[in-house]
Amino acid sequence: MSSLTAPEDTTTPPKVPDARPPRRSRRHLFPYLIIAPAVLLELLIHIIPMATGFWMSFVELTKFFIRRWLEAPFVGLENYSIAIDLNTPVGQELLNSFLVTVAFTALVVGLSWGLGMAAAVALQRPFRGRGVFRTLFLIPYALPLYASVITWNFMLQRDTGVINHVLVDQLGILDGAPFWLIGDNAFVSVVVVAIWRMWPFAFLMFMAGLQSIPGELYEASAIDGAGPMRQWRSVTLPMLAPVNQTMLLVMFLWVFNDFNTPYVLFGSAQPPAGDLISFHIYNASFLSWDFGVGSAMSVLLLLFLLAVSLVYLYFTQWKKEKRNA
Amino acid sequence: MRRRTLLTAAPLAAAGAAGLAACGSSSGSGSNSDTLTYWASNQGTSLENDKEVLTPVLEKFTEETGIDVSLEVIGWGDLQTRIQTAITSGQGPDVVNIGNTWGVSLQATGGLLELGDEQFEALGGRDRYVPAALATGGAEGTDPTSIPLYGLAYGMYYNVKMFEDAGVEPPTTWEEMVEAAKALTDPEGDVWGMSLAAGSYTENNHFAFINATQNGAALNTKDGKPSFTEDGVIDGILRYLDLMQTDKVVDPSNAQFDNGTKSVTAFANGKAAMIINQNNANATIESQGMTPDQFKAIPFPAPADAVSDCASHLAGINLAAMRDTENEEGALQFMKFMTSPETQEELGEPFASLPVLVDGEPTFTEDAEQAEMFMEIYSERAEPLPLVPWEDQYETTVGQAMNEMFATIATGGTVTREDVMTAMQTAQDSIRV
Repeated sequence: MSSLTAPEDTTTPPKVPDARPPRRSRRHLFPYLIIAPAVLLELLIHIIPMATGFWMSFVELTKFFIRRWLEAPFVGLENYSIAIDLNTPVGQELLNSFLVTVAFTALVVGLSWGLGMAAAVALQRPFRGRGVFRTLFLIPYALPLYASVITWNFMLQRDTGVINHVLVDQLGILDGAPFWLIGDNAFVSVVVVAIWRMWPFAFLMFMAGLQSIPGELYEASAIDGAGPMRQWRSVTLPMLAPVNQTMLLVMFLWVFNDFNTPYVLFGSAQPPAGDLISFHIYNASFLSWDFGVGSAMSVLLLLFLLAVSLVYLYFTQWKKEKRNA
Repeated sequence: MRRRTLLTAAPLAAAGAAGLAACGSSSGSGSNSDTLTYWASNQGTSLENDKEVLTPVLEKFTEETGIDVSLEVIGWGDLQTRIQTAITSGQGPDVVNIGNTWGVSLQATGGLLELGDEQFEALGGRDRYVPAALATGGAEGTDPTSIPLYGLAYGMYYNVKMFEDAGVEPPTTWEEMVEAAKALTDPEGDVWGMSLAAGSYTENNHFAFINATQNGAALNTKDGKPSFTEDGVIDGILRYLDLMQTDKVVDPSNAQFDNGTKSVTAFANGKAAMIINQNNANATIESQGMTPDQFKAIPFPAPADAVSDCASHLAGINLAAMRDTENEEGALQFMKFMTSPETQEELGEPFASLPVLVDGEPTFTEDAEQAEMFMEIYSERAEPLPLVPWEDQYETTVGQAMNEMFATIATGGTVTREDVMTAMQTAQDSIRV
């Protein structure tokens, strides 16, 4: 008879765990501690102000309540209806400002893109003095914003500005000296100044993108008989698609929200032709002391930009990823 | 070892960030009974000049009371926003300068200290101040929240030699002024009868008011609502615009002049024979090269058939204590000191201001005739802008509408009476009472 194996002694107390927390849990805590400062700053800089702005758009935050802003009466969607009511000057002016900004953004982004691309392609091949051109082209991007735009303000003055001096006195292109900072020409001026500031960014991005395209592609396409235009269309553009996708979205958001250019160029009272929406909202909030309506306008602007960005991302990335999957 | 350092550093960084944020949100005075923070508006030729002028005055106050004053001079472009921020956060200065036309609008925020009988007792009484100037400190029937500090009034400066050469007498009516300006205008020689700050919405709204008042029109109804479309208002604005449009005595380029200094420069350079400016223009005119004998000032004229001989709005700077001050007693002491006859006299010259005290003597010029003329305008021919909470919106909407109408004229367009009516209706509809 075989002897039975003694049953396992269940009375033996389990092994007492180490008093120190396991290394694993400390390891779990560590990433949170590392990102805590960033999360805190993000909350302070973006999330809380955005949430506050959203709340402000539903209350009557006029001069009568700015001191006790937490007690401002809730008005629901009234600020939104004031902002978009086209039967009132507030709504009409917001619509005008929106349309001006759409045209401004289309021109600035489109022309900056074209100029940046042309300059980057032109400087792609080595030649004597290429470094000088690169530096010159990047100067507008490196200059302090206020200094550069205020210089444009001086240059665009009707009687003393160098622009009219060149166009009227030296080249004789124009008969009489036009105004550039008031009237309809104000739109042309703000577009030109914004392009001057923005195109070096496109140039920089394209230069970086072009350097990542293998030279063999151009060589192979040349063997196949492709000329410069065909190479640009069939090699350069497709290879720059990832750069374009990001850059166009970023430029669109920057330009649509541009506050500094009109503020410095026109001063506190901008002409209707140059009434860009960020500055318009600033005026509605700070000059009219109506932060509720100003916030409603800001939320509408945010929703518009969000919608455009989502549509853009859907067509440029998500749809493509889905197709490839 | 490295991990331990990081574990220690992360919470420290978070605490540091929170600390920084806390610092950022409290730009306030942190006053106690021994210190006061004072935000002064830019009155002199530069912010630095203001500091130089004010520092010895503030040192005297410290000697008298033992209270230190921390001074910050703020440019006009930033002052309103800074005050808004201070009111919202409750972390502002103890005492602040405001444009007197903002008096009632700022009173409506509740952010300024109400000055009742008790406070006026500490300030030396209400009777010290020119009544009309004191009235700018609050809405009718309420305790004001600011007191007058520096008085200002518009006058019309003219170039003595240009007038003599053209054989023109200083005008006493609007019609004579236009005739004189026409006689002095020579577009070919780039010399104009008048220069206006036609691109400045602050200047433009002042002249909308003055011209409307000359026509007997008010910008507000008796129950305090805006009334910008009255005939007198429309006609007054059109009369002012016509200096450039119909009379053609103003250089169209003036539509780009976004502040009064640019018209002063045109005047000092002999490009314009007349400018309408507040009495603190003397120093700027002289700094641009004219000597005191080369220019004189007369009251801004009204039409011969005007209902009122109003020559200016009641301009100037007021002084207010913030409601959130932790040193109300010290703030009132300081306000009393700044409006004492001695300080008024001392600051009247460098800041070219008119005295706001009933028995004050002007020190802003050595020209006794000019001083008397401006005092007469300030005390008898100046009316306050609407003393209503929406006054700040009036300045913006009407002033900017006038900027646009001047721009239309300058760029070759025409502004009709109907256009002015439409612009004023739009401005009126924009105001939320």
